[in-house]
Amino acid sequence: MKTGFSLARIGAILIKEFIQMRRDRMTFAMMIGIPVLQLILFSYAINSDPRHLPSAIIDRDHSAFSRSVVTAFANSTFVDFTIAPDSPEEAEAAMAAGKINFIFEIPENFGRDIARGTRPQMLVIADATDPSASSGALAAAGEIINTGLAREFTGALAGLAAGPPPIEVVLQRRYNPAGITQYNIIPGLLGIILTMTMTLMTAVALTRETERGTMENLLAMPARPVEVMIGKVAPYVLVGYIQIIVVLNAGRILFDIPFEGSKILFLWVSTLYILVNLLIGFLFSTVARTQMQAMQMMVFLLLPQILLSGFMFPFRGMPLWAQWLGEILPATHYMRLVRGIMLKGSDRADLLADIWPLLALIAVVSILAMVRYRRTLD
Amino acid sequence: MTAQGVQTEPQPVIDVRGMTKIYGTRKVVDNFDLRVPKGAVYGFLGPNGSGKTTTLRMICGLLKPEDGAGTCLGWDVITQSDKIKTQVGYMTQRFSLWEDLTIGENLHFVARMYGLDNRAERVTTALDSLGLSERKNQLAGTLSGGWKQRLALSACMLHDPKLLLLDEPTAGVDPKARREFWETIHELSDQGVTILVSTHYMDEAVQCDFIAYIAYGKKLIDGPSDTIASQIGLTTWKVEGTGLGVLSKALKSTPGIEQVARFGTSLHVSGPDKKALKAAIAPWRNTADLHWTQTTSGLEEAFIHLMKEVKDNFA
Repeated sequence: MKTGFSLARIGAILIKEFIQMRRDRMTFAMMIGIPVLQLILFSYAINSDPRHLPSAIIDRDHSAFSRSVVTAFANSTFVDFTIAPDSPEEAEAAMAAGKINFIFEIPENFGRDIARGTRPQMLVIADATDPSASSGALAAAGEIINTGLAREFTGALAGLAAGPPPIEVVLQRRYNPAGITQYNIIPGLLGIILTMTMTLMTAVALTRETERGTMENLLAMPARPVEVMIGKVAPYVLVGYIQIIVVLNAGRILFDIPFEGSKILFLWVSTLYILVNLLIGFLFSTVARTQMQAMQMMVFLLLPQILLSGFMFPFRGMPLWAQWLGEILPATHYMRLVRGIMLKGSDRADLLADIWPLLALIAVVSILAMVRYRRTLD
Repeated sequence: MTAQGVQTEPQPVIDVRGMTKIYGTRKVVDNFDLRVPKGAVYGFLGPNGSGKTTTLRMICGLLKPEDGAGTCLGWDVITQSDKIKTQVGYMTQRFSLWEDLTIGENLHFVARMYGLDNRAERVTTALDSLGLSERKNQLAGTLSGGWKQRLALSACMLHDPKLLLLDEPTAGVDPKARREFWETIHELSDQGVTILVSTHYMDEAVQCDFIAYIAYGKKLIDGPSDTIASQIGLTTWKVEGTGLGVLSKALKSTPGIEQVARFGTSLHVSGPDKKALKAAIAPWRNTADLHWTQTTSGLEEAFIHLMKEVKDNFA
């Protein structure tokens, strides 16, 4: 027998690995499936130059000039005017709830003042929690207005086209006036870190028992599936709390991230989110046959949670179908909740729209896990 | 049973009929019937892969049979396995306690799962009788094979089950520990605990009150252990003397002789047909160095005989 370097032995190991790879259908499917599916999914969904951002328009003037400005913004495709509230308060509430990204407010006598050349002010309020979502539209705002008004500068008003900008745009960046990206990243990161670690913890909960042969013992004892689920999930809620404390304190110390809202509310929604992720992990664990498969499922879910949740790219900038996909991901709702509570100081009423999806996910995932739970070794 | 207290046969602890388990197209257990009376030590014998483990798992609700019905401890084996589990102690073939928990932690966990009262006391008693009190803080994974088996047995008896299902509990255990194990089994049986134990050691079969012999998923024979050999109708001659090695070879190829097995310093020569066997050994009967006596067939001969009959089934 050769004792030195042996190609034959390398070959033997190589062949064995290939055989095992082929037998593990799940790994095989994932090797092909992950790149293809995710490439198609994300290349169409991701848009770093967000368009059609939902906005509110408060037009107090209703003149030809104001209508031209509104039309110009709508034609620019940067924004879509989804609501026309009667009061600024109503508009602000919609922004706090994350329903709109911009508020455009056109004052009374807007048209008259333009005609007089007294340069009226137009107010643009942007939700700056995610600076990258608002920057494109804000940068283009001046140009859009000038283009829109140019059409009106005919006849007697033709002289205005050549002079200084006919109106003054007043910009307000809400919640993050300095446009600090960390304000947006840290709350988002919290969601991603929690989904990564929490899902992983429970994803191997049952497969580990199966692989170690202890599942047979567990099943032979009189335990109900729901008892196993709660018993396996509950300890990790504490782990989740510890992670939250670490991330928040790091954010406060390193980046001076503000915390505007209620800590109790924050703890409450975080508990929901932790539970959703732990239960998803547990569900994976009931589906997967091995720990390896459970981890692959976890990775499969992690990518969309990073890319489609509004963490990496502005949520409203994605095509509608991608937004629908994003709406079923827990991370999407949790990020809105965390940004709402931390940066906007939103209260429970503002956030209800993102709290109930988490509750619904908890219910659906628990039921699926109980249906999938194998009570026998079959 | 009637309310008037009429004397009837007490209900068997296990009473199942027609149990069938199919994997793919293969019937791993085929139409299996079993009645185990209370307090009996019932041996499950058969070669590897004969369906012993599968049958035990079906009885305690770990596998769902494709067909069959019956009761275990008075409960329906198909629909009431939750109730059955509370009264059954199941010891798995492979060590299935938690290797990353200590001996003590494993026992406490099991006690909690069954909701036992006086938990600390029960665990202490179990540790004492195991002789592991000193090592209770040792990880279970670091125990040797024999000690693991003992710990597993102790853990599955912690809740004082009425029925013990033991799947090859003595595999890989040294002879002394095996003897102690069987002493424990008989003590429990005397206390009224019913024990169903699978093994492929023929010498352990004699320890059982009843024996069911399974091969290839089928039950070949079932009855009180002392009647098994006569049920089969095998005749055996014992021969002692010199030159047994040569004799053994010669006998094996003689028609009428089914098996020749060595037992210490003697040979056991068996065949199903009494007359044919007598005729077959006749040429050597008067050899000076050999001493022939007719003897009762043992369990081992009986099982080898059974195995030969079903060999064709094994596909």
